[in-house]
Amino acid sequence: MSDPLVVRDLGLKRGARTILDGVTFQVRAGELCALMGASGAGKSTILRAVAALEPINAGTVSFEGGTLSPGPVPPQSRLKELRRRVGFVFQAPSLFEHMTALDNVMLALVHALGWPRDRAEKTAIGLLESLGVGHRASAFPRELSGGEAQRVAIARALAPDPAVLLMDEPTSALDPARRGLLGELLRDLVRQGRALLIATHDVDFARSYADRVIELDGGRIVDAF
Amino acid sequence: MDLASGAKRSVAIMLAALAIGCRAASTPPPAHTGGELRWGGDAEGGAPFVEADPADPARVRGFDVEIAEMLARGLGRTPRFVQVAWASIEASVERGDFTVGMSGVEDRPELRARHAVSIPYYEFHEVLAVRPADASRFTNLRDLAGRRVATLGSTQAYAILLAARDSFHIDPISYDDDVHPYADLVAGRVDAVLLDNIIAERSLRRSGGFVIQPNPVATGHYVAVLARRDSALRDSIDAILRERMRDGSLEKTFRSWNVWNDAQARYIAIAVAQAPSAAGGSNPSSRSPAAYLPSLLRAAIVTVMLSILAMALAVAAGAGIAAGRVYGSALVRGALAAYVEVVRGTPVLLQLFVLYYGLSSVVRLPAFLAAVLGLGLNYAAYESEIYRGALQAIPRSQLEAGRTLGLSEWQIFRLVRAPQALRLALAPMTNDFVALLKDSSLVSVITVVELTKQTAIYATNIGSWVVPGALCALVSLAFSLPLARFARGLERRWSGA
Repeated sequence: MSDPLVVRDLGLKRGARTILDGVTFQVRAGELCALMGASGAGKSTILRAVAALEPINAGTVSFEGGTLSPGPVPPQSRLKELRRRVGFVFQAPSLFEHMTALDNVMLALVHALGWPRDRAEKTAIGLLESLGVGHRASAFPRELSGGEAQRVAIARALAPDPAVLLMDEPTSALDPARRGLLGELLRDLVRQGRALLIATHDVDFARSYADRVIELDGGRIVDAF
Repeated sequence: MDLASGAKRSVAIMLAALAIGCRAASTPPPAHTGGELRWGGDAEGGAPFVEADPADPARVRGFDVEIAEMLARGLGRTPRFVQVAWASIEASVERGDFTVGMSGVEDRPELRARHAVSIPYYEFHEVLAVRPADASRFTNLRDLAGRRVATLGSTQAYAILLAARDSFHIDPISYDDDVHPYADLVAGRVDAVLLDNIIAERSLRRSGGFVIQPNPVATGHYVAVLARRDSALRDSIDAILRERMRDGSLEKTFRSWNVWNDAQARYIAIAVAQAPSAAGGSNPSSRSPAAYLPSLLRAAIVTVMLSILAMALAVAAGAGIAAGRVYGSALVRGALAAYVEVVRGTPVLLQLFVLYYGLSSVVRLPAFLAAVLGLGLNYAAYESEIYRGALQAIPRSQLEAGRTLGLSEWQIFRLVRAPQALRLALAPMTNDFVALLKDSSLVSVITVVELTKQTAIYATNIGSWVVPGALCALVSLAFSLPLARFARGLERRWSGA
């Protein structure tokens, strides 16, 4: 069985500036891989490139069902497989402020996958409960704490049942106690067989919960352990 | 005068009148200083009353100009003309902007009740003008039941039409100038025009296309109007007028302007003999304030319907323009930006004139539809800028979150971006709707009688702005306050406060 995410010789430029250069790695099913490095090292850019939010200049990003190649970002209609298989949790949770937590989680199921509302609602409530925020289903994002908002954002990203989950700086707004809870939650997801790729500068968190760490500097991989 | 030039001229005169109005409002000049007799008239009225002299446009000429010169000479003063909008002559003379108002000012009982008014110096007839094909079937007001009859607002003819609305069920249409009623008669927008014989004959000579019915509907008189405090001066003016009637000077002036007729000779003979002290003719009696309430209510309904329809158009078109400017190609963005700048950079009055009169040779829009289109398309430009700003204020991460969930760009717009932008746009939209309610008063220039216009008619007829102004303000507040309250409630609910 092939790895759910394979990045090969990834290169990305903004104007004349090289942001990523020859980045190669893969994330296996049931593995939590952490991208580490100083600010500007290229951690978040790798996640954005894998999620087809930025065009790449070189290399490929392969996932089950498709491959991203150099050139402009393809239109949404040609990214359906990627969107089904790769979920994304942003650094700020970026929940939709005009919707309840439940509606945030149901949105992709109803409108992108075309599920009936009752089926989508059942799945969404199950996800929220499994992440410990089932009791906040009818709350609006402004009514949630930082930790609750992040769990709702994870539930939203997991709703289409992606094989790969990308997370950008998941611990940046959490106190140590909540960091630990998040780490345990991510390990649960890994045990379910998902591939997790997180960008973080939190060394303790990466050491405690990641299976593998990839060190970046100036857009290149300098170490992996 | 063709329609386009008529529209341009009306806009120019309105702006000039506004400028004069503003200046007068800030520093009212002394009405008679030294040896001057300041007299006010409206050069927009044109010949034979008062018009800019083609040989020297800085000067005015006309029979009213010559009569003013006679009065000044008789008083041992030098005449000095002051331009004033015709409808503002009464208010301006009482304010002291000038001493004597003369420009086809019609004698009415209400005028005499509020001001010092001279003896009449000219007798006119209110006459019906109709299209030649209708000459045999529309010979009097009774024949025009259920028909649209045009006239100049705030005139004796308008008062007659208002009375005829109740008795004969005709539909009076009020205009702000005396050119467009006849243009619209020829164009088929109205079925008849009721105005005095001088204006009717002048329009017939200028443009033709209609006939004047021989039997007058009513008789009236032109007078000079002075402030109530100037009654002693008025008596001197009456004496001068009688003398000029007696020595034939008035007849000579009227003959030189081709407005002398047998009726005039009869009237002056009587006037010189008995020196009438009050208005003659068949003016309708003064109406009680309560009589205007149904008209105000009808006008209020027009204002509300017009504002709601225009705002609906503005919101729909504004949303389309904003979406085009955010998502469209460079060509679409450029074209929409040009539309917004042209509409925002030109007066809405001009746009209304162009829609109603300028395009009438291509498409003859009903007045109400032209008003909805004019205001709606104008406000669409402003709404589009609000929506564009609101759309662009939604953080990029919200759109990217939608993309990573697999939503299409249309779904992201419909489900994520637009609903959040609407919350940001709500407060300025509410402001715009309140502004639109007030701007709807502009459509009276294309014959739609809405609340403010009806209030002005009411105020002119009863000679006071206090009650009509208060009623108009109350009705406006009755619309705008609940609207603002509703918008605040919605904002509170959306923000969770």
